[in-house]
Amino acid sequence: MSAPDVLVRGLSVRLGRREALSGLELAFRPGELGVVVGPNGAGKTTLLRAIAGLVPLAAGSVALGDEPVGRMSRAARARRIAYLPQIGGMSWPLAVRDVVALGRLPHGEAPDRLSPDGALAVAAAIAAVGLAGFEARPVTELSGGERARALLARALATEAPVLLVDEPVAALDPRHQLLVLDVLRHRARAGAVVIAVMHDLALASRFSDRIVLLDRGRAVAAGAPEAVLTAGRLEAVFGIEAVVSSGADGLAITARRALPAVEGH
Amino acid sequence: MTVESVAQKTRGTRWVVPALLALILVLGLASLAIGPAPIPLATAAKALVSGEGSAGIIVRDIRLPRTLLAILIGGTLGATGAALQGLLRNPLADSSVFGAPQAAALGAVLVLYFGLAGALSFALPLAAILGALVSIALVVAVAGRDGSTVVLVLAGLAIGSLAGAATSLAISLSPNPFAITEIVFWLLGSLEDRSMVHVVLAAPFLAVATALLLTTGRALRALSLGEETAASLGVDVARTRLVIVGASAVGAGASVAVAGAIGFVGLVAPHLVRPLCGYDPARTLMPATLAGAALLLAADCAVRLIPSGAEVRIGVLTALLGVPVFLWIIARRRGELADVAA
Repeated sequence: MSAPDVLVRGLSVRLGRREALSGLELAFRPGELGVVVGPNGAGKTTLLRAIAGLVPLAAGSVALGDEPVGRMSRAARARRIAYLPQIGGMSWPLAVRDVVALGRLPHGEAPDRLSPDGALAVAAAIAAVGLAGFEARPVTELSGGERARALLARALATEAPVLLVDEPVAALDPRHQLLVLDVLRHRARAGAVVIAVMHDLALASRFSDRIVLLDRGRAVAAGAPEAVLTAGRLEAVFGIEAVVSSGADGLAITARRALPAVEGH
Repeated sequence: MTVESVAQKTRGTRWVVPALLALILVLGLASLAIGPAPIPLATAAKALVSGEGSAGIIVRDIRLPRTLLAILIGGTLGATGAALQGLLRNPLADSSVFGAPQAAALGAVLVLYFGLAGALSFALPLAAILGALVSIALVVAVAGRDGSTVVLVLAGLAIGSLAGAATSLAISLSPNPFAITEIVFWLLGSLEDRSMVHVVLAAPFLAVATALLLTTGRALRALSLGEETAASLGVDVARTRLVIVGASAVGAGASVAVAGAIGFVGLVAPHLVRPLCGYDPARTLMPATLAGAALLLAADCAVRLIPSGAEVRIGVLTALLGVPVFLWIIARRRGELADVAA
């Protein structure tokens, strides 16, 4: 699973009349867990969708190494970029194993016809998210958190060199938040480019190698968590008064109060 | 769970397709034997092969066409229901949500209204197929090629309502009671008195529509996770939508063209087989097609067995039987259906 860099150059995306992203210059490297943070409507999800090749670009480019995502065939793109949307339920009471096996579709494998590698990937993904023993359970009978983990396992099972996950821990209890972030970091360390959108700044600072702070479609800052998440930026971007202190396990961030709305927020 | 058990799990549902094929064979034979002049099964089979005697005429010219039509139309309705329910991720969908059957019925009704049916035997089926194609062209024109599924459904419902209203207008303006009777009976749906001409006319459309629908399994599988995820898995969602909506319209048009309006088969057939297929939308397609064929065959046998002056209309029977079955299914699965809606 050797991955190329994900290179975002001069990226602008328009959604209807709104410019959702404007002029983004970003690079995500294999081996790193990158986390995208920002207030609601900052363009976090749009950034992931643009990298996944799911929205037309108004300007600029997204490339894996020197290969533009927009020029890849659908199949090639699906094998190389796995994407877990924030919203996306499961309509039928499929067994957990069958849902996770859908991650093998880009490899031409169906849930009832997995290759040995595919079966291995599916079993490993199920185990990684802590759902071993749930294989035969219908996903519709799982709790919200269990279902979220089953869908994450689906994205993991593709074993794509680029993994994009939108709010992977929002529905999870604290233990499973840590477990899932460990899985994502482990996947990155194994050589993948992993990019996650998150709202929990403390968790983001603790697990990420690199944080991108988005605000109204622009990258305000990108870099190491302690360099990006300063009290001043939290106030300017999120409109909160926060105390930030660094500890052994990432940053301790205490949001003390919401500031009165300023223009543009 | 070991890797092997993930790889080798076949869930023991391989018997579904052979069992349904056997059921269709049995019902097909019964359909040749049942009627105002009952013919023993063995005699019917022999007469089908030889074509000799009065039994040969009855079996080959009267009962074979309606048997073949029941299989072809039932199969198309079943495939349509399974594909549309998969596409819309909604277990309550059938082709009427895109307006095609209503538009096809309008095409047929206009031919009856202007009294052209007697002059040209194929005018009516052609008008029905044309009606369905016009409706789908309108739906796609309004929604756009990349229009979302919701927009497609809204456009389809609107056009279906318009076609329904135009049909009512034709009935209310009808020049004479005979035309009204003809139109109303047409709308009730029947396979009575169909000839091989009808089979030859409808079969290519029905076969192509069903074949196209059966190719969408992989995309439907991915779509069970939503359109966004399906797209990320490499599925051309817009193309899949067009193939399914277009094939459904052609299938509905050809069905209405030769048999009138037959409801609920497309809705119910997928539900009957889905639990046997692990709820996998891809594995549901073929069994739903066969179940639809078996259901319509059974219904067409039943209308001939029910003692009454005139034959009970098959569209009426499928609705009378289909609705309670459907309500029962909904009641039994309301928990999971509520989940689906959420």
